[in-house]
Amino acid sequence: MNIVVLVKQVPDSGSERKLDPADNTVARASADNVINEMDEYAIEEALLVRDREGGEVTVLTVGPDSATDAIRKALSMGADKAVHVSDPAIHGSCAVQTSAVIAAALSQLEYDLVLCGAEATDAQLSVMPALLAERLGIPQLSGARKLTVEGGTAKVERQTDGGYWALEAPLPAIVSTWDTINEPRYPSFKGIMAAKKKPVETKTLADLGIDPSTVGLASATSQVLDFAGRPPKGEGVKVPDEGDGAQKLVEYLASQKIV
Amino acid sequence: MAEVLVLAELNPAGDGVRKTTLEALTAARALGEPSAVVLGAPGTAASVRNQLAEYGAATVYVAEAPEVDEYLVAPKAEVLAQLVQEKSPAAVVIPSSPEGKEIAGRLAIKTNSGFLTDVTEIAADGTATQVAFAGATIVHSKVTTGTPIYTLRGNSVTPEPAPAAGTEQPVAVSLSDQAKQVRVVERVVEQKSTRPELTEAAIVVSGGRGVASAENFSIIEALADSLGAAVGASRAAVDSGFYPHTFQVGQTGKTVSPQLYIAVGISGAIQHRAGMQTSKTIVAINKDPEAPIFELADFGVVGDLNTVVPAATEQITARKG
Ligand SMILES: Cc1cc2nc3c(=O)[nH]c(=O)nc-3n(C[C@H](O)[C@H](O)[C@H](O)COP(=O)(O)OP(=O)(O)OC[C@H]3O[C@@H](n4cnc5c(N)ncnc54)[C@H](O)[C@@H]3O)c2cc1C
Ligand SMILES: Nc1ncnc2c1ncn2[C@@H]1O[C@H](COP(=O)(O)O)[C@@H](O)[C@H]1O
Repeated sequence: MNIVVLVKQVPDSGSERKLDPADNTVARASADNVINEMDEYAIEEALLVRDREGGEVTVLTVGPDSATDAIRKALSMGADKAVHVSDPAIHGSCAVQTSAVIAAALSQLEYDLVLCGAEATDAQLSVMPALLAERLGIPQLSGARKLTVEGGTAKVERQTDGGYWALEAPLPAIVSTWDTINEPRYPSFKGIMAAKKKPVETKTLADLGIDPSTVGLASATSQVLDFAGRPPKGEGVKVPDEGDGAQKLVEYLASQKIV
Repeated sequence: MAEVLVLAELNPAGDGVRKTTLEALTAARALGEPSAVVLGAPGTAASVRNQLAEYGAATVYVAEAPEVDEYLVAPKAEVLAQLVQEKSPAAVVIPSSPEGKEIAGRLAIKTNSGFLTDVTEIAADGTATQVAFAGATIVHSKVTTGTPIYTLRGNSVTPEPAPAAGTEQPVAVSLSDQAKQVRVVERVVEQKSTRPELTEAAIVVSGGRGVASAENFSIIEALADSLGAAVGASRAAVDSGFYPHTFQVGQTGKTVSPQLYIAVGISGAIQHRAGMQTSKTIVAINKDPEAPIFELADFGVVGDLNTVVPAATEQITARKG
C-alpha cells in the first residue's frame, strides 16, 4: 500500500498571524511557522494503515524552502520519504492553483491512498480533497473520523452534525481526517535522528511540467483587495460576583432585550 | 437582471430548507435575481418551493434523482456545473457547510472559476468580506476568473422575505461514472437534540474545562434551555469527555456567530475565539479575572460558575414565567 500524506506548513495558530501589506498574501517569512496541526492526524493515520497493510508513506508538501521543517517533523513521526515542491513562482497561489500543483506532483508518484488534514489552519478552506478528487478523477472521502482499508476498498465514517455518514469507495482514493480520528504520536529521539537520513526530493514547476505563468499571485482565480484589523470592541463591563452576579447578568440581558 | 444561482441546503430532518439557504437567497440579491437550485431524491422540491419563492427565488431548478443522495458531493457539483454552463449566471452562492464548501471547490474546477469560502457579506460589485485569523482580520476579496462562486457563512446575513414567482423548472440528471464513486452507505444520527442547531442558533451557551465534569454540564444545558439556546463546548471540555465533539466551538469545531454567546468556564484561547469572535454580544462567566475571554466580553461576571449559572437560570425562568 503506497500512501501519500499532504502536509502544509502554516503560521502557528496560537501566535499573531498577519497578511503582508506588500501583496496581501499570508505573511509566512515573519511568522512562527509550524506543521499544520490538522495534518498530524493524517500522518498518524497513514502510519497506522502502513503498519497494518505494509507499504510506504510519502510526505508531499507544496511550500517555500522553509517548509522543510514541517517535512522533517512528518519524517520524524515515521513517514518514509518526502517530496517538496518549491518554486518562487508559486508564491501567492490560490487554492485552485495549488491543487493543480499538488495534482501534478501526485501524478508522478504511485499511490493507493492520499491522506490530508481536514483543514489548513491558515486559510481554513477544507476544500483540498474535493479539488484534488475533481482533478485526478479519484474518489473523495472527506471529514473522516474513522478509516478502514480492506481489499481495495476504503471505508470512512464522515463526521456530520450529530452523527456520521458511512462512506465507501474503491482505491485509489483521497481521504481527509478530523482530529477525532486518532491521537498523533510524538516523534521519538530515534525517530528524529532517523528522519535526518530519509530522502527528501525537491521539485520545481519545470519538473512537474507546469507553466509558471499559470500559478502565483498574478494569475490567481481570486484576489485579496484589502484587509484591516477587526475594530477593537469597546471596553466591556466586568463585575465581581458578590452574591449579586447572576442578578446583574440577568439585568444586562434584559437591557439588551434578550430576556 | 442577471441570474444568480443559489444552492438550497435542506434540513437533514426533511422539514424545509436550512436557515442558511434563506440567508444565501438574501445575500444573492445584491448581485442579481436569485434562482434556487434544489438537488436531491425525487420529491425533495415539493416541500420547499414555497419557502424558496418567499425569499426571492424567481425560478426553482429541480434536479431530482436517487443518485444525488446516494453518492457524496460529486453529483451535486456535476449537476450544478451543467446549470452554470447552460444559464451563465452572474454568480453562484452556496451555504457554507462542509458539503457546501466541497461543492464550491469542485464546481470551481469544473467551470474554470474562482471561489471564496465563508464570506460574511457580498457587495453589488461582487466584492466579498471574509474574516481571517481567528476573527482578527477582515479581508475584502474578489473572484477574478470565471463565474464567481461564494460560500456564505451562517448567521452573517439576516434573511429577508422578497416574494417571487418560484417557477419550478425540472433539470434532467444524468451523472458520469466519476460522480458515482463514493457511496453513502448509511446516515447515522447519534445525538438527537431538541435544541436549535449550533451554527443557526440566535443564542449559544458554551461550557469549558471550568465546568469540571460531564454531569455538571447539566447546568449549562439548563441555562441554554431557559434562553432557547444551543449548547456549545470548548475543546478542553470535549477532550476531557464532558461533552460530545459535535458541539465543539472553535478553529477545529463549529464557527458560530449568534446574537448572544455566553462563555462559561472558558479561558478564551485564540483557537476558541476563532469560532465565536464574530458573535454580536459576548458574555463571560469565569472565576479568574485575568482570563483572556474578558477582553472580548461585553459583559463579564467574575465568579464561580456553580453559583452564578444556576441562579441566573432561575431568574431568567422566573421572568418568563
Ligand atoms: C490547532 C488547535 C486547534 C484548536 N481548536 C480548538 C477549538 O476548535 N475549540 C476550542 O475551544 N479550543 C481549541 N483548541 C484548544 C485551545 O488552545 C484551548 O486549549 C482551549 O480552548 C481551552 O479550553 P477551556 O477554555 O475550556 O479550558 P482552560 O483554558 O483550561 O480554561 C478553563 C477556564 O475555566 C475557568 N474556571 C475553572 N473553574 C471555574 C469555576 N468554578 N467557575 C468559573 N470559572 C471557572 C478558569 O479560570 C479558566 O479560565 C485548539 C488548539 C490547537 C493547538
Ligand atoms: N500547499 C500544500 N501542500 C501540501 N498539502 C496541502 C497544501 N495545502 C493544503 N494541503 C492539504 O490539504 C488539507 C486541507 O487544506 P485546505 O483545503 O487548504 O484547508 C491540509 O490539511 C493539507 O493536508
